[in-house]
Amino acid sequence: MLFRHLTLISAVMIIIIMAGFFVQLLFHSLPAIEKFGISFFFRNEWDPVRLEFGAAGPLYGTLVTTLIAMLIAVPLSFVIALFLVEIAPPHLSRIISQAIDLLAAVPSIIYGMWGLFYFVPFMQNHVQPFLADTLYLKHIPLFSGPQMGFGLLTAGLILALMVLPFITAVMRDVFRMVPSVVKESAYGAGATTWEVTFDVTMRYGMQGLLGAVFLGLGRAIGETMAVLFIIGNSPEISTSLFSSGTTISAILANKFAEAEGIYKNVLFELGLTLLVITLLIQVAAQWWLNKVRKSSGGGL
Amino acid sequence: MIETADTLSPEIFKGDDSPVKIAVRNLNFYYGDHQALFGNNIDIKEKRVTAVIGPSGCGKSTHLRIYNRIYKLYREQRAEGEIMLDGDNVLADNMDILELRRKVGMIFQKPTPFPMSVFENVAYGLKLHYKLSKSETAERVEKGLRGAALWDEVKDKLKKPGMALSGGQQQRLCIARAIAIQPEVLLMDEPTSAIDPIGTLKIENLIEELKKDFTIVIVTHNMQQAARISDYTAFFYQGYIVEYNKTSDIFTKPRLKQTEDYITGRFG
Amino acid sequence: MQRRGIAGRKGINYFVTALSIGASILGVVFLAWILYTVIYQGFRSLNFAFFFEPTKPYGIPDGGIANAILGTVMITAGASIIGVPLGLLGGVYLSEFGRSSKIGNAIRFSANVMMGIPSIIVGLFVYTLLVYTTKSFSGFAASVALAIIMFPVVLRTTEDMLCMVPNALRESALAIGIPRWRATICIIFRAAKTGLITGVLLSVARVSGETAPLLFTALTSDAWPIHFFTQPTANLTVTITEYATNSPFEVMHVRAWGAALLITGAVLILNIICRTLFREAKR
Repeated sequence: MLFRHLTLISAVMIIIIMAGFFVQLLFHSLPAIEKFGISFFFRNEWDPVRLEFGAAGPLYGTLVTTLIAMLIAVPLSFVIALFLVEIAPPHLSRIISQAIDLLAAVPSIIYGMWGLFYFVPFMQNHVQPFLADTLYLKHIPLFSGPQMGFGLLTAGLILALMVLPFITAVMRDVFRMVPSVVKESAYGAGATTWEVTFDVTMRYGMQGLLGAVFLGLGRAIGETMAVLFIIGNSPEISTSLFSSGTTISAILANKFAEAEGIYKNVLFELGLTLLVITLLIQVAAQWWLNKVRKSSGGGL
Repeated sequence: MIETADTLSPEIFKGDDSPVKIAVRNLNFYYGDHQALFGNNIDIKEKRVTAVIGPSGCGKSTHLRIYNRIYKLYREQRAEGEIMLDGDNVLADNMDILELRRKVGMIFQKPTPFPMSVFENVAYGLKLHYKLSKSETAERVEKGLRGAALWDEVKDKLKKPGMALSGGQQQRLCIARAIAIQPEVLLMDEPTSAIDPIGTLKIENLIEELKKDFTIVIVTHNMQQAARISDYTAFFYQGYIVEYNKTSDIFTKPRLKQTEDYITGRFG
Repeated sequence: MQRRGIAGRKGINYFVTALSIGASILGVVFLAWILYTVIYQGFRSLNFAFFFEPTKPYGIPDGGIANAILGTVMITAGASIIGVPLGLLGGVYLSEFGRSSKIGNAIRFSANVMMGIPSIIVGLFVYTLLVYTTKSFSGFAASVALAIIMFPVVLRTTEDMLCMVPNALRESALAIGIPRWRATICIIFRAAKTGLITGVLLSVARVSGETAPLLFTALTSDAWPIHFFTQPTANLTVTITEYATNSPFEVMHVRAWGAALLITGAVLILNIICRTLFREAKR
């Protein structure tokens, strides 16, 4: 019995720690919540001298970078998973599959560092001029302004690259879970590979695919090190994707050491916000993935 | 070496002037290095039910899966020889695989409803191959479901997911899906092996009806079933077609001992 | 009935096929670019001093990262000492006692959710617990943060691995009158040994490359990690951050690449070991 209780206590620690996240972050953000109220989330102001803060800037940056990352990573992951499961010869598929699993394990700071030294110059010298001048998009506010390499677009792209292996790995597993006899039967009706994937595999694994997307979303939204070096760390909102910005996690990592008093409470409130957002995303992801696990009897 | 009777003997089709729909000549099949079929020769008559029987692992499903080239999904699998469908070689490189599969429908061991509604399941194949208005589609779906003797049971649940039907109904749904696109040949790979006896009976009766319009080749491990529903029976053993004849003849006076032993239940 | 053109359908299929091949190549190229950079740049910095001398204060060009290597090892080891037993015990509860109970499901769900909580949040949490209260950053606080990140990972893999042990083995062990805890540790753990080791190693690999939580707990330092429990402690990832962003000196960038190579190499090698171990155990 003693042993049983010991294991129970350990397991319950998970719930206690989860609750602890909320309690501690809430406690440390209380002064900020009292001072700024609900308007905190809409105010576009970040003035450590006058101690006036609003979360609109970091929220905007988080939203934009995550959006860019997902818009690029989700379709790419989908077609790469399609390649791995339906198109590639088995040995090639195995090699790329393993490479993807390994890349999902590379620490995010490596992406950040590579981004800083290689991807930022690449963006500045090639991608941004191409978008603005060659494609003549510079008259659209999104692609106007100085081309410095740093900024929201670059950070979004690095995030896309970072979550790509994750989403691909889960989508690949979902594709593989579709029984081959169901696929055969769609092929047997005279469908092409794409038709089988889009009409049958995708519907069959829809919940798993949604789970994969939310898993990736959760990672992208809370990622710190991959964006910290390249986003420019400016809490202002700018319409151009070429301009600097910040995300909740980047501003936390960047300003926490120098913050005092209410400034620190503000950062805690940002952390609390991030916690609530990611928690909702994770609950959604787990809810969908659980449904798949149940209907397939394990495997994910 | 397995002893085989002449599976192309003109004696087999005596008194049946229906044309030959599928002519298989010298068909070999390989899973990687392993040869699974050896020199299969067989003629399949149009609008007849041809049963394929034999012990498990004898290659009967493998044989069937070549007719619509579904084996092509797997890289290591390879077929050699000729399968002439209305005079065109199925195995030729220039055979259009999508068109082939429209003409040659397939029903699998387990029911395989797609993750969509009953209606969409039947409409799926139709929409792949035909340009149809809404009303035409509905008409065709109904016709398919009637053809599969399922309409009366599901006409009120067309919006329900296909997976919500019973096993026997699911299998008839798959048949409806296959016949809705107006194929010429129906391949059935042990279609009743996962279905309860009542569902099986319904499907057997359905096959009787379907043979008015379609050429049917059915793999079965159930000899009574073969005897009940088929006009011709091919007996497979270790990748060879050992004997092929009218069903009535093969079950009453098998030419080879091997066939007799299997039919009388001495092995298999 | 009017037929649909096959050419159009095939066209779309070819297009998607080409797209998927293109995307795979693009993905592989970028990821190869990253790995190539880390390896190429990293090897330039590897020398005797790199491995055996500590970091030097800002502006002094020579020195190594020996203290950071040691610090990372200590922090990770500390995290394992705290996190692994907790995770193992919790996993035992889920697989042996709480398989389909309400509390079991709640714990399982929480663990899955917690694996997706950003690590920076864990850093903030531990900051409030151990740094804010004691007024000092420490390597120990970093260990606690990483242990919290490891905990749900170890717990879930332990559960999965123990669930694969057949029930017959469990019953036969209990049938000969061994107490439950001995049955679990001696027999069930042994049967699931490879899986458990894999799970633990993977979780170690996962946390050893973490940076964000360390910014709130360990910070970094140029000293050897002697005052592990009471003072900021040197570690590889925060050193990389410092050297890569706050330094105009090429030598420091190079040393940061070296540290990046070390950490990436360690993480990838651990992953490869786990995968091979696990594949062989499955056979």
